Amino acid sequence: MEMLYAITTGVLSASGLYLMLRGRTFPVVVGLTLLSYAVNLFLFSMGGLTSNAAAIIDGPGSYGDPLPQALVLTAIVIGFAMTAFAVILAMRARGDMGNDHVDGRKAEEREDRR
Amino acid sequence: MLMSHLIVLPIVLPLATAVVLLLSRLGGARFKRALSLVATLALLLISFLLLREADSGTVQYYALGDWQPPFGIVMVLDRLSALMVLVTALLAVGCVVFACGGDDEKGSNFHGLFHLQLMGINGAFLTGDLFNLFVFFEVLLLASYALLLHGGGKSRIQSAVHYAVLNLAGSALFLFAVGMLYGATGTLNMADMAAAVSQLDPERSGLVVAGALLLLVVFGLKAAILPLYFWLPRAYAAAPPPVAALFAVMTKIGVYAILRVYLLIFGEDAGPLEALEQPWVWWLGLATLAIAGIGVLASRDLRMLVAYLVLVSVGTLLAGVGMRSPAAVSALLFYLVHTTLVTGGLFLLAEMIGLQRGKAGTRLVKGRAPGMGTALLFLIGAITVAGLPPLSGAIGKVLLLAAAEGAQRLWLWPLLLATGLCALIALARAGSTLFWRGQESDDNDSRQSCWQWAGVCWLLAASPLMVVLAGPLTQYTDAAAVQLSEPSVMIEALLTPKEDAS
Repeated sequence: MEMLYAITTGVLSASGLYLMLRGRTFPVVVGLTLLSYAVNLFLFSMGGLTSNAAAIIDGPGSYGDPLPQALVLTAIVIGFAMTAFAVILAMRARGDMGNDHVDGRKAEEREDRR
Repeated sequence: MLMSHLIVLPIVLPLATAVVLLLSRLGGARFKRALSLVATLALLLISFLLLREADSGTVQYYALGDWQPPFGIVMVLDRLSALMVLVTALLAVGCVVFACGGDDEKGSNFHGLFHLQLMGINGAFLTGDLFNLFVFFEVLLLASYALLLHGGGKSRIQSAVHYAVLNLAGSALFLFAVGMLYGATGTLNMADMAAAVSQLDPERSGLVVAGALLLLVVFGLKAAILPLYFWLPRAYAAAPPPVAALFAVMTKIGVYAILRVYLLIFGEDAGPLEALEQPWVWWLGLATLAIAGIGVLASRDLRMLVAYLVLVSVGTLLAGVGMRSPAAVSALLFYLVHTTLVTGGLFLLAEMIGLQRGKAGTRLVKGRAPGMGTALLFLIGAITVAGLPPLSGAIGKVLLLAAAEGAQRLWLWPLLLATGLCALIALARAGSTLFWRGQESDDNDSRQSCWQWAGVCWLLAASPLMVVLAGPLTQYTDAAAVQLSEPSVMIEALLTPKEDAS
């Protein structure tokens, strides 16, 4: 299980990073979202991966670490708000600058540089 | 009753004010201005009281919901955090006063967002919990994204896209780092983490090192260290002036976080992990200083020039952190107070000069000459920010130079003095272009509101005041540095169970 979990987190963050380095705002926003998913998974695993453990302490026996769950919950809320903001910002930038490049450059200028 | 809750007030007061201010149907512009001003002044009063409280030398904490550390979230007050909260409040008063001159009406909800940002900043300074630091970073960042866009315009949108995306990536890294540190030490409370790191299982030290250095990247992004500073000049130059002035303290949050986390958690008890950030901070700080000196010389716009001066101050402060001695920490705290207030004042002054010059704006080209009053203020600001003798910049620099030891002198002295020279040349050139090469014009339509004058004077007055009060202030920063160099004080204060807890 650990291996699968680690690979999932790694692939998610790698794809997130790759997309964040793209030139247009939409892939960048998607990349940020993927990265925040990877973060949430990573945080969750930091309390140690236990299976068949109680989520809430219920008498003796093993139980899952509750703190990472609280952290993930906070991180999800904040990540969601930030993604929403980034989407609005990207739309505003598209509207004001006439294109969706992160540097606000025009398509012709990009052609020239090639 | 109130005194026992004093520590949490710098967070609760701006939050309450912001909520009232964001109810847009309530009151007009005058009501909002008055409320914002009163709340900021109250914040100043509270931070003075906190400073007096902290100066007694004991580390105090406020346990939210009375959950005792290390289990609950705590707000910690020591000399460093009290000083930072006071600097923020001083800066905020200048910004709000300036904004009342008309900038707050250029977009909606300026004052509400401004107080939310203050809440985030104060929270970041007071918190004693690593995850809570993340939460307050997010609060202040979200408010700052919106404030950066205040008033709109292409350059603002564009720099806000860069700023927001970079900081969102930074937040993700912060969470990775916090997760790693939690996984290795099993706690998030900074004092408890310091205790855990001092008894760390060597098997886990790799994880802690990775987490700690990842954290340094995040703080470096906030503080704008060399490879991570490229967002800063454009964002600061594009931001509305009162916001840019408040942003002068944002880079210092990064510096504060580095000081707090690495001096406490990786302090003298950390064994092999002690001072693991030191080489990075020292060399990159020096490199930042060098690049910022070049940037200052190359700027062709007054706001850009001031933005690079912020970067100069970041480089200087980080070099101070990299020296890692109580004398250097004390010197850098003095320099920090000076540079935050003065660069904030210069951002505001640049806006006034731009308004008076009309079409030429803040670009360093021939244009209408601004009036005598602004010229005088510019002279004071330039002297102090370049670090020339009679004003506070010189004292801060001398303290830092004197704190360097041995081989550190070889690097710090020439670099710091050379960037000072760069700043001097650039400011002299800018000043002569702005004030002497301008055409006189008869139609002086550029009446400035007295609010703007008051805001600029308030911030720039800090410099002569710091010279007058240099004695008590250095005593305080010395004591703060000594307190920081002994992590055991904070650990004991937080982790010893209170016996008389009611």
